[in-house]
Amino acid sequence: MPEKTRYGLLIDYEYCTGCYACQVACAQEYGWPAGMSGMKVIEVVQELPNDKAYLAYLPFPTELCTLCAGRTKKGLEPACIKHCMAACMKHGKVEELAQEMGNKPRMVLWAPR
Amino acid sequence: MSEKLKIIRTTTWSAGPGCHGTCGVLAYVKDGKLVKVEGDPDHPWNQGRLCSRCLAMTQYVYHPDRLTHPLKRVGKRGEGKWQEISWDEAFDLIETKMNKIREEFGPESVIFAMGTGRDIGPWICLLAYAYGSPNVMFALSGVACYSPRIAAVEMVQGDYCILDAAQWFPKRYDDPHYKIPECIIVWGYNIPASCPDNVFGHWIIDLMKKGTKIIAIDPRLSWFASRAEKWLSLRPGTDGALAMGFLNVIVNEGLYDKDFVEKWTNAPHLIRSDTGKLLRENDLTKGGSPANFVIWDKASTRPAVWDSGNVAYKQNDVKPALEGEFKISLADGATVTAKTVWAAFCKEVNNYPVKRVSEITWVPEKDIIEAARLYAKSKPASIHWGVPIDMTPAITPTVQAITNLWCITGNLDIPGGNVIARYAFDAVAYALPGAEGVIKLESKEADKKRIGADRYGPLNKFILRAQPDLALEQIFSEKPYPIKGMWIQSCNPVAGIGLDPKRWVEALKKLDFVVAVDLFMTPSTQLADVVLPAASFLEKDGVRSWWIPLQTINKAITVGECKPDVEINFELAKRFDPNLRWKNIYELFDEIIKPSGLTFKQLQEKGWAFPPQGHPSTPYHRFEKGLLRPDKKPGFQTPSGKIELYSSLREEWGLEPIAHYEEPPFTPVSQPELLKKYPLILSTGRRSPVYFHTEHRNIPWLRKIDPDPVVEINPQTARSHGIENGQWVWVENWMGRCKLKAKVTAVVPRWMVMAAHGWWFPEKPPQEPSLFGVWESNINQLIPMGAQGKDGLGAPVKHLLCRIYKVSEEEDNA
Repeated sequence: MPEKTRYGLLIDYEYCTGCYACQVACAQEYGWPAGMSGMKVIEVVQELPNDKAYLAYLPFPTELCTLCAGRTKKGLEPACIKHCMAACMKHGKVEELAQEMGNKPRMVLWAPR
Repeated sequence: MSEKLKIIRTTTWSAGPGCHGTCGVLAYVKDGKLVKVEGDPDHPWNQGRLCSRCLAMTQYVYHPDRLTHPLKRVGKRGEGKWQEISWDEAFDLIETKMNKIREEFGPESVIFAMGTGRDIGPWICLLAYAYGSPNVMFALSGVACYSPRIAAVEMVQGDYCILDAAQWFPKRYDDPHYKIPECIIVWGYNIPASCPDNVFGHWIIDLMKKGTKIIAIDPRLSWFASRAEKWLSLRPGTDGALAMGFLNVIVNEGLYDKDFVEKWTNAPHLIRSDTGKLLRENDLTKGGSPANFVIWDKASTRPAVWDSGNVAYKQNDVKPALEGEFKISLADGATVTAKTVWAAFCKEVNNYPVKRVSEITWVPEKDIIEAARLYAKSKPASIHWGVPIDMTPAITPTVQAITNLWCITGNLDIPGGNVIARYAFDAVAYALPGAEGVIKLESKEADKKRIGADRYGPLNKFILRAQPDLALEQIFSEKPYPIKGMWIQSCNPVAGIGLDPKRWVEALKKLDFVVAVDLFMTPSTQLADVVLPAASFLEKDGVRSWWIPLQTINKAITVGECKPDVEINFELAKRFDPNLRWKNIYELFDEIIKPSGLTFKQLQEKGWAFPPQGHPSTPYHRFEKGLLRPDKKPGFQTPSGKIELYSSLREEWGLEPIAHYEEPPFTPVSQPELLKKYPLILSTGRRSPVYFHTEHRNIPWLRKIDPDPVVEINPQTARSHGIENGQWVWVENWMGRCKLKAKVTAVVPRWMVMAAHGWWFPEKPPQEPSLFGVWESNINQLIPMGAQGKDGLGAPVKHLLCRIYKVSEEEDNA
């Protein structure tokens, strides 16, 4: 069986600021009611030794994420990526994104579908 | 037949997202209805990006609770009984009531209160001035948001300046004139979560990706603090001490730009040792000008005169001394000793050795030194600051210290530094610090009655607004004249901008007539006699002249009978002033943007306009090129024409002329007795990316993200108080208490809690006593009015004391 090209989202979570633009952009694009969205931003506060901590945010594609198939077919970016204030998300072929992922730390590659 | 989808290109400036705007937006409209909002990819400001609040505009504009008709109160004030009336009825009623007040008590007896965001600044001035009242009021204690900073910077250097992220150029970071800052100090600013005031917070993230290092100054572990080269977790309110500590390191390690200091600042000007005041030409010679200053010329070993009007020495080839003490013979025959401003400045700076600064700020000495060195050695370097700088009574000396940092390190108006921010094409709509504007109060006589103008220097010279703490007092005292009415526009004193908000409720109830203009009912509109429905930015035409670029706001849709603020105010302005010189709002827009050479229609077609290179509103090095002063001479628009390390204006106002630190009024240091009962530092105003101050609690997509009013508590503090994450707690001090949900998080230090502000509950009963539940969680109940600084500015919003304890089960169920 020929392998289907899979698409994904590469997130540079070093730069995600937790602005929630992706989460609301998705709700607007698909008319989801409050509480539903293809993207959910998670806050992670990791305590570190010596009274230190690190604050990170991570956009997570939920069960509702379609990778904006309709938009990408028209050559548009997914709604979340288009509005990402920190420009820290990228859509593309999983293999290509995986290559790019090696270029810097604090990256995550989601392949929701 | 269904209409085709139309895309209208416009510009944000609230109402709507709640911000000071500038973002380019594409509004998708079908059959006259907004279906979607997207960021405009062609707009150089946001480059297609857009915040969560703007992306929620479809829920905002068509919200079922949107005010869509003018309303008249029919019950008692606060009873929540309203009757729909037509616009004609509303205008007639307001005209009659306000004319009656004007005839009986004078126009100054009506205060025109504004909040932040939204483009109503010019339009509220238009109305107030047409009515004849000088009392336009930004209703926050001590005017403590931005204009104090602008005024203080202008006092030092004549023009305001901001972070340079190449926002002046259409090509942005790719413009050949621009340089990436090596280092940015993010000072008290959680900017990714804040509204895009004046700059777009995420530009700093763009710059970080291009190599900019961050120094974060914030008691909380902000996003920037997490990623900073240096994070300085200072005790809230000690920013002034920290800035003095930086100056101490920079001056004593010789890390400043000596040529710049000698040439462009008043460092060589002499101060008389007998009076402690600046030596002026009229001290030296009979008939000399008091506006001119004196220096010691090393070349001739005599005093020489700095001609402020000519921005030059009167003598040739002067070599000004920066150090030393000199004997000066005065015109009256006496001899005095004098020393330089630089010597006095260094003496003040030396009052802040790093050890002392560490004790004041709670920041380790090593971190202060390393941060100061990193900033001073980075070329270029920039400082970007947030509202905590305004939110302290000693705001002006703090700003002096920080301004001195970018000045003496030579980072002023250079690529990638702190760049002077002028209005694009010098097109100014209304009086703001440092600009006169098209809309002004014509009568100087009328301005004399402005509350606080006679008492506070900066309010007289820079901030042409009523002083809110005095205004509140005056409503009760009726001295020197009674206040009878209030016009409230984009302002929610009961839930947000008002400190000690129960006093504001009492004050509003004392007035004869109150009008509120808003998009939704709020706790404050509930206390009005007439409520007028305002339009969002998508429902109006407008101009945006706030730095660069110059742009228009373009109407995309209509909602109910809502009217844009400008149209509401214009209609009433015409009624109050039959001689109003504009026939309609478009004539007014044309006049505002006239310096650009464009009409409103032309600008609307272009979308936005950047002033060309060489224009005074385009960087860089303008003080050297003679682009800042009206006389086109190199220098600054200050009394001396120089950057004033020693402020001649502060001297005139009887206040300390040099930067220094003052301990705020309600801290562990200034209130050791209160500390015993209230052992935690209370800081307020934690920003949420989905809210703008009191707004958006009714927008479902946004509320779901940040559903409750929270107080951030460190895990150890929570443990010692037996508080768990998600529990309701009381935050209490001598002023009162409010109920907040514990967010147990290591982002706050053990010794402080951070409370969210602006909370009310649109889902709760509107009428009194509930007023949308505003008394449950409004943290401003714990902050006093009347603690403004010596110059009438600043308020202790970020540094109070409190204790916390769990809400009992009975209370929780109540």
